[in-house]
Amino acid sequence: MAALPIHGASLLFLRMPPNASLHGVAVDHLMLWNLAALLPCFVAAQAWIIFAMVRRKKAAVLKTYSHLVERLLLAAFCAMYLWMAITAQHLWAVNRFEGASAESMQVEVVGQQFQWYFRYPGADAAFGIARPSLVNAAAGNPLGLDPQDARGADDIVSSVLVLPLGREVDLRLRSLDVIHGFFIPAMRLKENTVPGLVLHVHFTPIAVGTYPILCSQVCGSGHARMQAQLRVVSPDAYRQWLQQHAKEHSR
Amino acid sequence: MSSIFTTGHRAIGILYLRLSLAAVVVGTLLSLVMRIHRLWPEVPLPFYGLLKPEDYLALVTMHGTLMVFFVLTTAPQSGFASLIMPAQIGAREMAFPRLNALAFWLAAAAFLILMAAFFVPQGAPISGWTSYPPLSAIPSAGPGQGAGMDLWLISIAVFCLSSWLSAVNMLSTILTERCPGMTWSRLPMTVWAWLVTSILTLLVFSVLLAAILLLFSDRHFGSSFFVPLGDLVNGRIVGRGDGSPLLWLHLFWFFGHPEVYIAVLPGMGLATSLFANFSRRNVPGYRLMAGMLVAIGLLGLLVWGHHMFVSGMNPYAGTAFAVTTMAIAVPSTVEVLGWLFLLSRGGLRLHTPMLFALGFLSFFIAGGLTGPILAQPALDSYLHNTFFVVAHFHLVMAMAGVFSLFAGIYYWFPLVTGRMMSETLGKIHFWISLIAAYGTFLPMHLSGLAGEPRHYERLTGPATSFSSILANERGITSSALLLAAAQLIFLWNMIYSARRGRKAEPNPWQATTLEWAPEGKTIRVQRGPYEYEVTAGNAKFFPQWESASKQE
Repeated sequence: MAALPIHGASLLFLRMPPNASLHGVAVDHLMLWNLAALLPCFVAAQAWIIFAMVRRKKAAVLKTYSHLVERLLLAAFCAMYLWMAITAQHLWAVNRFEGASAESMQVEVVGQQFQWYFRYPGADAAFGIARPSLVNAAAGNPLGLDPQDARGADDIVSSVLVLPLGREVDLRLRSLDVIHGFFIPAMRLKENTVPGLVLHVHFTPIAVGTYPILCSQVCGSGHARMQAQLRVVSPDAYRQWLQQHAKEHSR
Repeated sequence: MSSIFTTGHRAIGILYLRLSLAAVVVGTLLSLVMRIHRLWPEVPLPFYGLLKPEDYLALVTMHGTLMVFFVLTTAPQSGFASLIMPAQIGAREMAFPRLNALAFWLAAAAFLILMAAFFVPQGAPISGWTSYPPLSAIPSAGPGQGAGMDLWLISIAVFCLSSWLSAVNMLSTILTERCPGMTWSRLPMTVWAWLVTSILTLLVFSVLLAAILLLFSDRHFGSSFFVPLGDLVNGRIVGRGDGSPLLWLHLFWFFGHPEVYIAVLPGMGLATSLFANFSRRNVPGYRLMAGMLVAIGLLGLLVWGHHMFVSGMNPYAGTAFAVTTMAIAVPSTVEVLGWLFLLSRGGLRLHTPMLFALGFLSFFIAGGLTGPILAQPALDSYLHNTFFVVAHFHLVMAMAGVFSLFAGIYYWFPLVTGRMMSETLGKIHFWISLIAAYGTFLPMHLSGLAGEPRHYERLTGPATSFSSILANERGITSSALLLAAAQLIFLWNMIYSARRGRKAEPNPWQATTLEWAPEGKTIRVQRGPYEYEVTAGNAKFFPQWESASKQE
């Protein structure tokens, strides 16, 4: 894996895996500032307790000031909470309030005990209908694509998520059985896949590489093994991969 | 046997605490097996053999269930309140003594039913203490989701009834049984906390009970509240109705979040009392502190969605819950600053109960400060269900909660047994526990930031390896073992001191609240709960049971 130009939030020894998504830059920045703001509060409060423990009893020297100091500290904390709420809200809104742009590519993510499947809509840019009653992994139809639906004829189903560098992707999250958690640490992305719901999340990969995809919601005995790979490749390599798979599917 | 089938509030309080002790012993042992298994997945467990992945998940589920319900709810809320609260408000008994006994026996039955889940075919459930459907709704979704899951549901349903009855009783007692003169502004902070937690219990355990009945109905009576149409589990279509798994999340967390406050508010009340006592200071801003306890309780009912930022809930709802959650940081900060300023003038009497109360404060701050981080959906969408969250709630709820329990036990031990616990052993117990607890839970933040999810029984998977955090994980496991071992000192201290401990004088901590009043005295309260005053060189304090004329 090539050295990544962008590094994750790292404060002393607090480290996240290197970020590889466009929105992750801001997420890491925010995480860093939050940790940087709260770590001194933690240290100061603990020091305060130790100071109180070793201090001999003092008469009311500080009494006149302490009330004021307490108020000021409270005001400072409230200001910090407000700052946190506003900045984080801004980022959340950018990431989640609006859907992906019209140019984004679509991939469907389907969770099933204990496997991730990724479906590409093919040349027609439309997903064929999938029916639970037709699901038959042994017969090569793990998602239950309906052969009657022509839109599904060119759909590509993969167990690896392959994405082109720098293009926004709109993920369509589903689950066949129980709740799973779709988590790509390097993309700073996590959303549950919920049976009965189709959920959308979007992101843009900005670094070529191979990244683990995990399940973050306990889903049964194979939960810890429910993992897959995300491969971010150059647009050319992506086109090649797509053609190769399209050929396999057209057989 | 008569002492077992008692209706006396003190005896029942002790029974509750013994039940919690049994639960905490089992829960701790389960957690140690988990910690060891994560490091050495290939090492067989003595008398059991190799741990399967589902066994690990069963351990997680049972550990969480035991600790949350049978330790952190039972001990501070039902246990200490039964033991202390009637005396603290000058009542002779609970409002309904037999109801109190019934509530205890229901809790004990719930504990036994839960333990039985280990011994049924396929063993205990694996869906975690939150039991998200469809995993919890469909027996074929995993081992332990059949009979084990049924027992879990029955156990928690019985526990809901128990908590409910206990809360009704508590509320009635506080509202109607206060002695003359015990006005609202003279209530010890512990009673304020028990008042708020009783109201929370009534509201949220009702919702949990309803949710459990719905889930049970989905499993056995063909309904479909939580299972969506076409749900395909283990090769068979099981979803025939039109249910929603998200409905369970809403119902569960409507209970689950206030539950955190049920666990920790009594500790906050007790810490306030102990800080005042062992610093010999009045509580400045008593009304504000009491008001903030109420505010935390009320706001606590409005924040459940912060457990669901990435659950598929509407992102706009995520914003709303982020704001309410950030708001709850304000009354919590008021409490913490109040305590810090109360303590800041020094001269603290560092007896063991005070040390544990300070430990409570230390953990409450350590765990509380990561709260605002997790309240931000943008950051939670990375940290959700990682070890960062595990670290957060083990510090703010588990360690703070357990340290306040220790504070209460060391503090009230002479009241119950007439003997003091050993100070030396108590201090050794405190310092080892404090350091080992930080050693266990602080490094979990690092594992979480590295992206390590909860509920993983091993660090290497098909696509990933968390081997970089192996050293960190080793430290955590060693600390956890030390933390558990230190509790043997506590157990020995308790057993030894109950028989051979130094005889306690009446009111050994020179406390002001009514549970320490001499027996057989008719009580008429004429003053607030924390009148510790200092006149030059001559420490004085005024217990609530002393009449005003003595003040001169």
